[in-house]
Amino acid sequence: MTVDTQTPPTRPSEPRSLREVTARSRRRENLSRLMALVLFVALLAAIVPLVSLLAAVIYNGAPAIGWDFFTQIEPLSYRERGGGYAHGIVGTLYMTGVAALLSVPLGIAAAIYLSENPRGRYAHVVRFFTDVMTGVPSVFVGLAVYALLVSGSGGLGLGFGTLAGACALAIIMLPIVVRSSEEMLRLVPPDLRAASAGLGARQWQTALRVTLPAAAPGLTTGAILAVARGAGETAPLIMTALGARQIITSFTGAPQADVGLLMLDGFRQPFAPGIERAWGGGFALIAIVLVLSIVARTIARRSQI
Amino acid sequence: MSTSTLTPEPPGLLRGGGGRRADPIFRGVLILAASSVLLILAAMIFRTTWEAWPVFAKEGLIGFVTGEQWSVGTSRSEVTGTYGAWPFIYGTFKISLLAIVMAVPLSIGIALFTNEVAPTWLRRPLGYTVDTLAMVPSIVYALVGMYFFRIYVWAPVGRLIADGPLGAIPFFSGPVLLSSYWSAANILAIMILPIITAICRDVFAQVPKDDTAAAYAMGATRWEVMSKVIVPGSFSGIVGGTMLGLGRALGETLAVAVLIGSSQRWAPRLFFGGDAMPAVIANTFADAHPEAIWALLAIGVTLFAFTMIVNVAARLIVARASGRMGGGAIV
Repeated sequence: MTVDTQTPPTRPSEPRSLREVTARSRRRENLSRLMALVLFVALLAAIVPLVSLLAAVIYNGAPAIGWDFFTQIEPLSYRERGGGYAHGIVGTLYMTGVAALLSVPLGIAAAIYLSENPRGRYAHVVRFFTDVMTGVPSVFVGLAVYALLVSGSGGLGLGFGTLAGACALAIIMLPIVVRSSEEMLRLVPPDLRAASAGLGARQWQTALRVTLPAAAPGLTTGAILAVARGAGETAPLIMTALGARQIITSFTGAPQADVGLLMLDGFRQPFAPGIERAWGGGFALIAIVLVLSIVARTIARRSQI
Repeated sequence: MSTSTLTPEPPGLLRGGGGRRADPIFRGVLILAASSVLLILAAMIFRTTWEAWPVFAKEGLIGFVTGEQWSVGTSRSEVTGTYGAWPFIYGTFKISLLAIVMAVPLSIGIALFTNEVAPTWLRRPLGYTVDTLAMVPSIVYALVGMYFFRIYVWAPVGRLIADGPLGAIPFFSGPVLLSSYWSAANILAIMILPIITAICRDVFAQVPKDDTAAAYAMGATRWEVMSKVIVPGSFSGIVGGTMLGLGRALGETLAVAVLIGSSQRWAPRLFFGGDAMPAVIANTFADAHPEAIWALLAIGVTLFAFTMIVNVAARLIVARASGRMGGGAIV
């Protein structure tokens, strides 16, 4: 049998190489470029609202921020100029601080349990419901804390105040602390634990003196993010803190003020000075939350376990 | 000779038999802490349902959900008013679904751009920027929505839609109110964008590199890889992220409370002022009588039930899609 080696093979109808540019491949490449542009526009749809929101808050809020804003309480009438949110800032810091004291140790302890039993059946259940709990509406948490702690009929009857508000915030912060702490504890190399156990340390010694310090920066990040979330939460405080018009230092028994509640009252009135103070409050809240999140990210990036 | 030399203290770690009990105590404390999550959740559900029970008992579960009249009684001991939460339930689902329709395509686009198109050095800052949207407190969204967005953006855009050819459809017909389902849906879309984007980025990143590399090697363009490999490969993750966003949207309170109109009426129109479940609770709690508080608790329980169903389904889908949740769990 003879093989024809003289005549060149016929050119296939399809391009022989990917490098060969045909009308179709050019069309596909142009579509790809166009879609990259479309995706960029989608990104702009997120960035434009963010930038305009920050611009609006800075433009309207910065003039209201001054020494008085942090040291004076709001005048009794929304028509009056001057004054500030000192009582709200005290209340927000007070409640967020107590909430952090309640939720961070509890959350980290729960996270240690989850990370020590990564495959346990009970740990699985707890993990699942912690995730579900991050999605519980904050207003429902407020109502529940009202029914559990504030209300006298059936609840503990503590009344509106710092403790009730702090408990509501703590419930919102708890699942965030648990899940972020668990992620961080799991990043601790198993070698460290094994070494500690090999030296004869008990489980609690390993957990508290080896694992926790190793994961400390990550745990701090999670705690700060949770605090940032709690500090910005207002809806549950309507049913638990209620709001106040002066600086409240008592732990229970007296309704407590909050920056968010003051803003809500202020900007729903038709009086310019009250609205201006509300913008100032918004500026302060955003500043607190953004500073906290930047601090948290800086710590997170510095620590590479 | 003293006895102490005959029975010396055990050295080192074995010293003191008390240490033997330390570990079980430690484990007990941990289990207690882990159980606190379940206990708190159970206590919240039980107490609110218990308090709201008289309202459910009077209206019936179906009557409460489908009734259209909400007139609050002023009693301290019994249920005297009429409680039909349909306008609020309708409003909640309407604005949440509208927000999903607006936010999901954008989130997928942002996630694709951040993960695939943007240069590597830009990816982390872009992720932070979108996450920052999630950090902004709800009350600030409410403030900016009320004094900036609804006046300068949403109402004008709404008027364009209502006056345009779409306005002939009853759903899009005017007049365009400043506070309406439309404004509330818009603020919700901005607020749930970060969580859906975070989940999408997570699941897109988990599409096997081999798959995308193989597609590129076959000569696929970047868009073809994204649309035919990455997105179909993460479909269930996108669904899960969408449901998480829906759960978040259903429960979002203050921004909606300020922007939806608080009207106790409902209409199948976009630019109509209605009300939503969390908004009613937040707006009327401060002046509520004991009886009204039971009714608000009943709304709260209904809202919780809806978000619970959506969240549990979402978590199951996301967990199946990505094995283990990454950073998206925290947003």
